[in-house]
Amino acid sequence: MAHDTTVQTAGHDEHHHESPVVFGFWVYLMTDCIIFGSLFAVFAVLHNQVNGGPSGRDLFEYSGLAQETALLLISSITYGFGMIAAHKNEVNKVIMWLGVTFLLGLGFVGLELNEFAHMIHEGNGPDRSAFLSSFFTLVSTHGLHVTCGLIWLVTLIVQLMGTTEIPERMMNKLTCLSLFWHFLDIVWICVFTYVYLASMI
Amino acid sequence: MLGRLSFSAIPLDVPILVGTFLGVAIIGLAVLGLITYYGKWGYLWKEWLTSVDHKRLAVMYIVLALVALFRGFADAIMMRTQLAMAYAGNPGYLPPHHYDQIFSAHGTIMIFFLAMAFMTGLFNFVVPLQIGARDVAFPFLNNLSFWMTAIAFILVNVSLFIGEFSQCGWLAYPPLSESQFSPGVGVDYYIWAIQLSGVGTLLTGVNFFVTIVKMRAPGMTWMKMPVFTWTAFCSSILIMVSFPVLTVAVALLGLDRYFGMHFFTNDGGGNQMLYLSLIWSWGHPEVYILVIPAFGVFSEVVPAFSGKPLFGYGTMVYATCSIMVLSFIVWVHHFFTMGAGPDVNAFFGIATMIISIPTGVKLFNWMFTMYKGRVQFHACMYWAVGFMVTFTIGGMTGVMMAIPGADFVLHNSLFLIAHFHNVIIGGVYFGYICGMNFWFPKVMGFKMNETWGIRAFWFWFVGFYFAFVPLYVLGFDGMTRRMNHYDNPEWHIWLLIAEVGAVLILFGIVCQLTQLYVTIRDRNLPANRDVTGDPWNGRALEWSTSSPPPPYNFAIVPHVHELDAFMHDKENGIDTRCAGGPYAPIHMPKNTAAGFLIGVFSLVFGFAAVWYIWWLAAIGLIGVIGTVIARSANKDIDYYIPAEEVARIENEHSRKLMAQAAE
Repeated sequence: MAHDTTVQTAGHDEHHHESPVVFGFWVYLMTDCIIFGSLFAVFAVLHNQVNGGPSGRDLFEYSGLAQETALLLISSITYGFGMIAAHKNEVNKVIMWLGVTFLLGLGFVGLELNEFAHMIHEGNGPDRSAFLSSFFTLVSTHGLHVTCGLIWLVTLIVQLMGTTEIPERMMNKLTCLSLFWHFLDIVWICVFTYVYLASMI
Repeated sequence: MLGRLSFSAIPLDVPILVGTFLGVAIIGLAVLGLITYYGKWGYLWKEWLTSVDHKRLAVMYIVLALVALFRGFADAIMMRTQLAMAYAGNPGYLPPHHYDQIFSAHGTIMIFFLAMAFMTGLFNFVVPLQIGARDVAFPFLNNLSFWMTAIAFILVNVSLFIGEFSQCGWLAYPPLSESQFSPGVGVDYYIWAIQLSGVGTLLTGVNFFVTIVKMRAPGMTWMKMPVFTWTAFCSSILIMVSFPVLTVAVALLGLDRYFGMHFFTNDGGGNQMLYLSLIWSWGHPEVYILVIPAFGVFSEVVPAFSGKPLFGYGTMVYATCSIMVLSFIVWVHHFFTMGAGPDVNAFFGIATMIISIPTGVKLFNWMFTMYKGRVQFHACMYWAVGFMVTFTIGGMTGVMMAIPGADFVLHNSLFLIAHFHNVIIGGVYFGYICGMNFWFPKVMGFKMNETWGIRAFWFWFVGFYFAFVPLYVLGFDGMTRRMNHYDNPEWHIWLLIAEVGAVLILFGIVCQLTQLYVTIRDRNLPANRDVTGDPWNGRALEWSTSSPPPPYNFAIVPHVHELDAFMHDKENGIDTRCAGGPYAPIHMPKNTAAGFLIGVFSLVFGFAAVWYIWWLAAIGLIGVIGTVIARSANKDIDYYIPAEEVARIENEHSRKLMAQAAE
C-alpha cells in the first residue's frame, strides 16, 4: 500500500519534495527535549542536596510564579493568532501578533531575571548548593531558550516588514518558531509543576 | 585584557612540543605555499570549503579523519614507547604531566575526530546515493556540521602549543576534572572541543534521520533499504538520543568550573556518580554509533565480493535495531565496582551479555553470505575477514567483563584497554577502511591500489595482535591503565612486545599513505579507471550512477522495485538511469560561506572561553548569531541546472559506457 502511494505521488511530480524543514525542526526539538529531560533528572537527583542552605519551600514565591506562567501561556495564544493570520496571508496582522508575543515573552524573561537577581542578592545563588545549581541551570536553560525565541521573533518581524505576502520559506520559519514557542510552554509547565509546585507543597 | 593567557602558556621548555610545532608549521606553510603557487585558493574556497554537496563534504570529513588518525596515532606510539622505557627506576621520556595529556588527547581525538568524522564521511558519501536522493535533507546544515567538527579538532590541537590539554582521561571524570584539582586550562579545552563538535554531530544525526525518512526514492520501502542505510539510520537515532545527554553532562561540568556550581564537586552536595551515569548513558550508545555503520559496511562489501545477496537481510535489520535499543540499558557496566549493588549489577551484566546475541546473528549472516559464494579476495575482503576474527575475540572479552564478579578483577586494568581497542580497531577502524577501499572508486572515479591495501591490512592485523594481546596478559597480571612508569620486571617484556605491535601498526599506516599515493599516481591507467560506475558488480543504487557522480547524483530519480535495487534492474534488463531522458531542470542548493563563518566564530568563541577573554568570546558569539540571522535573510540560496546541461552530462556518460562495452 505504502509502496503504491509513493510511486504514484512521485510519478506526479518527480523532483518536487515537500520541504522537510518543519519535520526536521520537530525532530531537532525532540533532541532538545532530551536536554531538558536530562536536566530534570539532574534536578531530581540533587533537589534535596541543600547543603545547609534554603530549600525550594523557603525560596519560591507564588505571586511572581503566577505572573510568569500567565505571561508565557498567553504568549502561546497570541502566537497562535499570528499563525492564523499567516495562513490567511495577512502580513500586518502577523507582525502585530508576533510583536505582542515578543512583549509577553520579554515580560517573562524580565520577571525570571528579577527572581534570579533577588535570590542571588540574598546569597542564594547557583554556587550555594547542589540544589540551587540544578535549579538555576534547569530554569535558566528554559529562560535561555525563551531568549533565543525572542531574538528569532525580532528576526522574523524584520524580515516580514515591507512584504505583502508570505512565501513558503517564510511560512516554514513561522511554523518552526511556532513549534519552538509551544514546546517551551510545555517545558515550562513541567518546570512549574515539578520544580516549583512540588517543592512548595 | 587577555584573561588567563600570557606568554608563559606557550610550552617553550618542552622540546617535543617545540619540535612538533616546527614540524606542523613547516608542513602547514608548505601546503599553504603550494596552494598559493598553483593558484588554487579560489577553487578550494568555491568548490570545497563552502560546498554543500554531500560528496564533497564526505571527502573533507575523511581527510579530517585521516589527519586525526595521524595525531591520535602519534600519541599512541609515544605512550607505548614511554611504557617500553619507563621501568625499574627509569622515568622514561614523558613526565606524568605530559603523559597524562597524551592519553587524554589520544582517546578524545580517536573517538571524536577520527572515528566520528570518518563515520560521518561515509554517511555523507553513501546514504544519499543508496536511497536515490539528490542530496541530504539539509545541505547547508551538513556543511555547518563539518565545520563545527573541524574547528573543534583545531581547538584540541591549539592546546598542544598554547596552554595544555586535559589530564583527566578521555571522559574527564570529576572530581579530578573540577577546578579544585585541575585548575589549568586543559579541561576547559576539552569541554569546548566536545561541545562544539557535539553541535556538528547532533545536526548530522538529525540531518541523516530526516534524509532517510523523507527522501528515499519512490518504491524504496523500509525493508527494501540497503543495510548500510539501515545502520546509518540506527546510528543517527542513537546520536539524536544520546548526544544531548553528553552535552548536558559536559555543560554541567563546565558550570562547576566556570561558575563555582556544585553538580559534581566534593562539597556543596555534589554527586560524582551523577556525572558517571550521564556520561555513560551517552558513552555506551556512542560505541554502537561507531560500530553499527561498520557492520553496515561489511553487509555491503561481503555480498559484493561473494557474488551473492546478503544472507538474512531481515535478521540483519532486526539485529541492528535491537542492538540500537539494547545499547541504552547497559551503561552501568562501565562502573560495576562503584557500589550499585549486586541486583543492579546483575541486571546490567545480563543486558550486556544479551547484546552478543544480535551481534552473533550478524557474524553468522556474513559467514553464510560467503558460504558457497564465489569469494574474491579483494583488499576489502581482507579487512572484512580480519574484522570477523578480531571482533569476535573482542566481543568475547567484552562478555567476560560483563560478568560483574570478573569485572571487579579486570576493571580499570589493561585488560579493559585491550578489550575496547580490540572492538574499536577490529570493528570500527577495519570497517571504515574497508568502506573506504570499497567506495573510493565511486568517490574519485578510479580504484585504490590493491597491493598496498593488502600490505596495509597485514601490518595492521598482525600489529594489532602484537600490540594488544600483551595488554590482555598485563591486565591479568594486575597492571592498571594510565600508568606512567612501573617497577614490576614481569611486565616489561610484554610492554616491549606491545611496542613492537605499535611499530607494525605504524608500518600499516605508512602502507596506507603509500596506497593513497600510488592510487593517485596511477589514476589514469586504464585498469584503474572506473568508467562504468559499477566496478564491483554492486547491488545498491549508488553503483547505478557515474563515478564520480554528477552534482545532482541522479538525472532521473530511480524507481525501486526490489531489495538490492540496482542488481534487480541489471538482472531484469531495466535501465536504472533511464538514459536518454527526457530530462527536467534540477533544483540544487547553492554553496554558502555561512557554515565556514559560523565555524570560525565558534572557534574564536571557544578559544576565548578557554582563556577567560570575555570580550573576544562576546565577539565570537555575536558573530555566530549574526551569521545565522544573515543566512536566514539570504534569499539567494538555490539554483536550477538546466535540462540541456543534464542531458549533456548524461549523454557523455552514456557515450563512455558504450565505448567501454565495445572494447
